[in-house]
Amino acid sequence: MKKLISAALALAMAAMCFVGCGSSASSAPASSEAGSQAASAEGAGVPAEDIKVGVIHIGDPAAGSGYSYAHDQGIVAMQQTLGLSDSQIIRKNNISDSDTTAIENAMMECIEEGCNIIFATSWGYMDTCEKLAEEYPDVLFCHGTGYKSNGTNFNNYFGRIYQSRYLSGVAAGLKTESNMIGYVGAMGQENGEVTSGIDAFAMGVESVNPDAKVYVKITNSWYDPEGESQAAKALIDMGCDVIGQHCDTPNPQLEAEKAGVWGVGYNSDMTKDAPGAVLCSVEWNWGAFYTQAVQNVIDGTWVIGEHVDNYFGDMADGLVVLSDLSDLCADGTADAVQAAEDKILSGEWDVFDGKTEIEDNAGEMHTVEGADYGSINWYYRNVVQAG
Amino acid sequence: MSLFLKFLVAAVAAGTPLLFGTVGEILNEKVGHLNLGVEGMMALGACAGFMTAYLTDSLALALLASFAAGVLASLIYAVLTVTFLANQNVAGLTLTIFGTGLSNFIGVYMISRSAEGTLKLPAKVTASLAAVHIPGLSDAPVVGELLFSYNVFVYLGVAVALAAGWYLYGTKTGLNVQAIGENPGAADAASIPVNKFKYINLLLGGGICGIGGAYCSMIINGGVWLSDSVGGLGWIAVALVIFAAWKPQLAILGSFVFGGLRVLKYYVPTGAVPIAFFDMLPFLMTALVLIVTSMRGSKGSHIPASLGVNYFREDR
Repeated sequence: MKKLISAALALAMAAMCFVGCGSSASSAPASSEAGSQAASAEGAGVPAEDIKVGVIHIGDPAAGSGYSYAHDQGIVAMQQTLGLSDSQIIRKNNISDSDTTAIENAMMECIEEGCNIIFATSWGYMDTCEKLAEEYPDVLFCHGTGYKSNGTNFNNYFGRIYQSRYLSGVAAGLKTESNMIGYVGAMGQENGEVTSGIDAFAMGVESVNPDAKVYVKITNSWYDPEGESQAAKALIDMGCDVIGQHCDTPNPQLEAEKAGVWGVGYNSDMTKDAPGAVLCSVEWNWGAFYTQAVQNVIDGTWVIGEHVDNYFGDMADGLVVLSDLSDLCADGTADAVQAAEDKILSGEWDVFDGKTEIEDNAGEMHTVEGADYGSINWYYRNVVQAG
Repeated sequence: MSLFLKFLVAAVAAGTPLLFGTVGEILNEKVGHLNLGVEGMMALGACAGFMTAYLTDSLALALLASFAAGVLASLIYAVLTVTFLANQNVAGLTLTIFGTGLSNFIGVYMISRSAEGTLKLPAKVTASLAAVHIPGLSDAPVVGELLFSYNVFVYLGVAVALAAGWYLYGTKTGLNVQAIGENPGAADAASIPVNKFKYINLLLGGGICGIGGAYCSMIINGGVWLSDSVGGLGWIAVALVIFAAWKPQLAILGSFVFGGLRVLKYYVPTGAVPIAFFDMLPFLMTALVLIVTSMRGSKGSHIPASLGVNYFREDR
């Protein structure tokens, strides 16, 4: 009897399985049809209230200054301008950009929570973006500082930061008394992002002070608080009296303040950290891009899965800015900076215009367009590599 | 020449946090406890010292707070490994992760509460952290700059190292402490209170590490709070113990040499060697010292015989 019952039960279960399979099989195409209908109904754009934005940070934006903070301020500005609610922004912080598994997990979590746009703020996220963009054609991957894109749902964003670096060089060149200007760089000559910034800074220095030289020391790390202090200290020990920087912490500025010399900050306005030293700071205003990007998706200028553009902003777009000049600047700095800024903003002249020949410190000539900053791995003629 | 002098001064400044960490770890290892939590204890000292200075504007209170934070952190380790005989490596690593995390957490919380979005030490403390100036001595050529141009931490570090050296190698108590590190069973049989001295050394060592942490957060970053201010120095300190052959006096030399290796790349003319080579030097040096000491055998090496082994009385 028992056997009979169990056999009957087994049969019933098998039958239910069959029915189940059948129903799920028939419902699957229906749902995907509905999905594609919804997508085509949205057509041109995604309504603002349906947008969900994911952000992958390499550091912790709560740190109060530096790279991740500057990016997050941009996200906050975008959220306020477009009136998005807090639940529409998903942040993943402290995602090491050399840990592929962590990057992928963070992005997958964003996708599972329904993000349509993911901003990947660090260089090392590039390949993961490329891979996931293929698997998830209806999610837009925006990657900062890299060079890859696919035109449909994976684009690249960066900007002409060298423009404001040039202006800060003008301020430094007018201020120096020893005609020795120090510069703490994160990466060596082979890194075009850092090196193009050094060259633009040095050209700004030369435009107002042909006798001054720019001495460069490299920490060989994107984040090394102690090394950044030590490099700045060594530059000051050599006799430099203005310290520029391409690194994350305000430490070079604090060393300058301690030694009674001056400096030019980076990423965020470092006057708040070292008011006794900072002449001005070279700043990113990422909000200009983030607002534009989300707006493009809402308007349908960018259609995820069909067409997105790369973004390479400049001073005219408001992406790249020079902070207000502090009272420490030499007389006449404001006018000289303004004059150079006007030339750049009017489009009359640019630092790297692709036409003018620029001489490096080995005596070779180069012409380069700013968008190809990656290929700038030579130092301008007044730059001295000091360590 | 003057640049070489400045290099030596920079080397001492870079070596000072290592000196505190190394002396603290020597005190721990001398009672047979390999404490891998140096990084965490330093991180907690960094946080406690900085926040106290930020809130009270007093260097003395900041030093006390960083010492106390180090003591409390090592108390966790001591209770786990001495009383409950937990695995020393696991307990130490846990302490490192916990300490770094808690320190960053408190830092982020304080930043979010601050008006300007940044934590900068008030003026009085900053002034007391500047280089000392002894009239006459500090102005002397060469010697003045080389010996009398540092902040108070540097002199405190040297004094602590000398005192620890005297305590371990110059007193009868120190002899007892060394006996515990060599053979706790024998020490116990000779009626030396093993666990009492283990606690004393572990807590004292933790406190000294904590002061080293305060150096990281208050001096290295120029008085502005940054996350991860210790940044791996605690690990170098653990390696330096071997370099110093478990002698606090030698740790003074060792930490200044390592400090010099860390700043060397900013003071040599470039071109000849890739920069990455200089980043490798301290670790290459440690490997060399390990090879040399192992070739010399046990002679001259003061590695405690029971290092890393918990003492369970009933096992005797």
